[in-house]
Amino acid sequence: MEQLKRDIISRLQKDILLRQGFNPPAAGVASVVGLGAVEAAFPNAVFPVGAIHEFLTSSREQAAASVGFMAGLISGLAKKGGACLWISVSGKLFPPSLTAFDVEPDQVIFIDVEREKDVLWAMEEALKCEGLAAVIAEVKNINFAQSRRLQLAVESSKVTGFLLRNDPRRLGTTTCVARWQITPMPSEPEDELPGVGFPRWQVDLLRVRNGSPGSWKLEWMEGRFVPVEEKMKLMGLPERQIA
Amino acid sequence: MKNRFVSLWFRHLTTDRLTLRRPELQQLPFVLAAPVRGRMGITAANPLAEARGITAGTTVVDAKAIVPDLQVIDDIPGQRAKLLKALGEWCIRYSPLIAVDLPDGLILDVSGCAHLWGGERDYLKEIVTRLRSKGYDVRGAIADTVGTAWAVARFGRVKSIIGPGEQADALLSLPPVALRLETVTLERLQKLGFYSIRSFIGVRRSVLRRRFGQDFLLRLDQALGNEDEPLQLLHPVEPYHERLPCLEPIRTAAGIEIAIKALLEKLCKRLQGEGKGLRTAILRGYRIDGQMIQTDIGTNRASCHPDHLFKLFELKIPLLEPDLGIELFTLEAPKVEDVSPEQEAFWSPEGCGLTDVRLAQLLDKLANKVGAGNIHRYLPQERYWPEQSLKPAISLQDKPSASWRTGRPRPSLLLSKPERIEVTSLIPDYPPMLFIYKDQVHHIKKADGPERIEREWWLDEGPHRDYYQVEDQAGRRYWLFRSGHYSEEKSQWYIHGFFA
Repeated sequence: MEQLKRDIISRLQKDILLRQGFNPPAAGVASVVGLGAVEAAFPNAVFPVGAIHEFLTSSREQAAASVGFMAGLISGLAKKGGACLWISVSGKLFPPSLTAFDVEPDQVIFIDVEREKDVLWAMEEALKCEGLAAVIAEVKNINFAQSRRLQLAVESSKVTGFLLRNDPRRLGTTTCVARWQITPMPSEPEDELPGVGFPRWQVDLLRVRNGSPGSWKLEWMEGRFVPVEEKMKLMGLPERQIA
Repeated sequence: MKNRFVSLWFRHLTTDRLTLRRPELQQLPFVLAAPVRGRMGITAANPLAEARGITAGTTVVDAKAIVPDLQVIDDIPGQRAKLLKALGEWCIRYSPLIAVDLPDGLILDVSGCAHLWGGERDYLKEIVTRLRSKGYDVRGAIADTVGTAWAVARFGRVKSIIGPGEQADALLSLPPVALRLETVTLERLQKLGFYSIRSFIGVRRSVLRRRFGQDFLLRLDQALGNEDEPLQLLHPVEPYHERLPCLEPIRTAAGIEIAIKALLEKLCKRLQGEGKGLRTAILRGYRIDGQMIQTDIGTNRASCHPDHLFKLFELKIPLLEPDLGIELFTLEAPKVEDVSPEQEAFWSPEGCGLTDVRLAQLLDKLANKVGAGNIHRYLPQERYWPEQSLKPAISLQDKPSASWRTGRPRPSLLLSKPERIEVTSLIPDYPPMLFIYKDQVHHIKKADGPERIEREWWLDEGPHRDYYQVEDQAGRRYWLFRSGHYSEEKSQWYIHGFFA
């Protein structure tokens, strides 16, 4: 009896996921973004593409970290050869830095709009364009109705959108699939060399639709995300074994 | 591409024509005459008559005194223009752009045509021999400008094909009359002893203008190619222009939409037929109160899709004020380009790259709202100064000429203007121990650097920058620099960016 109940519940949960647009991944398809353990937090344990992710940043340091983390995600999404759109009011991003995250800066088109209102309009238009790798928008705030419009746009086009919210004082409900917060962490020098190591972040997944929020420590190393614990383990082993 | 022109000179246009119609005249000296100031004046003489000293301009009475058996035939007014027009129509086979050059010539704009006949020499030879075989005594020349071609066709003795840019050399030895000047000017030149163009081409312009007037300089410039010369073409290129008159004045947005759709439909049909697409379009509405309203759109790549173009206009409709009503709409495409034929129906759903039509259409839409100047794509530039290490790409198809520099760390966010910070630094050429930015103290725990970036001294002067990548106690990473060399009192430190 218990077993039967559990089966029914799990089947119903799968049904709900399907209805909400989370298709189970096709067998044998590797993850596009390579987030490793973080992806387990998402429904079906796969990073949802064709959805809106929002990133909360309260300082410029956090914004820089979020940009780096996003660039890492985009490098995976852009492998199919799509262009990226970066929409903002005041473009502070320095394109050459994207090369560090395996993104070709000339594949990114920057749109500097004058008014905050136009950012969301431009993002909605861009999200309707099928085949783009990603659309990134820097906004101060977004309300539920606005996020709903964006969600409707991505549902048909399957483009992945990233919202960089740099005024997270008023946090309302949105339709975004995930809410992230990326905070920089002290880096670990490589092989006892002096200087600054690879970028390392505290990745907080504050809210996931139909998933389980969590917190991880990630590092961007040689073109991929590496969980810090895993790296510690590697570091602990004798050098010959790593090689 | 440089323009090339052919000038054809029919030496005996009307008499040749008459000989063709009446072959018995071939062996006789004859002239055409028309009343001039109450007398019969000769307007054209055939080669036989010319050989005996009769030229156009003399009176019939004088000519009869020289050649008693001279045949005089009445000239029909307007015959020359008609004849030249017919010959021009026939020459369409050689070039689409043909202008009648009264009283006795044709001008052909042959830019990009000659290679179809295997080069300019064969091309000109073909035209001239074909016309001669028809019975017209014709001379021709090719040059970069109408003026030079005209002059060489009529007065040139050495060669009939003037290479690109060789107008001045070709003109030197010709008489001033080759410049198509007015009789008064020619007489004045003659009086002053300027018998060839060589003798005055080097004279200062101000002097020439004072003595011979602005028209003289214009003709000279036209021959040399410094000034454009408009041609009155036989078949002018039709502008891309559509009109839509309305029975009732249009006042509603829905009405304007229908009008735009109808105009675009017509224009795009024509563009598609010609394999072209528009880059800019201007919509004008003529209101019944006599005012004209207009709006324009631009596209990133040539397009002839009515649906896409309508979407661009749709954003502009609220800006149009119909007021009492619009009675006439016109749509004009001033900038039109060839479209590359593509299988647009078979779009791949995956990967919308930079060359994709969908992206171009999206950017058109955005550009029409936020302004084309606000859409950027960046390419690397071979310069070290951080603010100048990239340049805006001109088009979506632009490929980077160099690869992006990856060796040195560059911050994710760059401040457009470096901001001053207070630092405590103990050792020269070492990163500071701590710095204060926006009233917050950051203790530097790790640092990389310095990376010295020199100014481009040939462009601007000032101190170099020594950049450090630093990380503070909380793991936040910054890009700092010291302006100039280290000195205890005067060292100035700035923050320039934030690392991921």
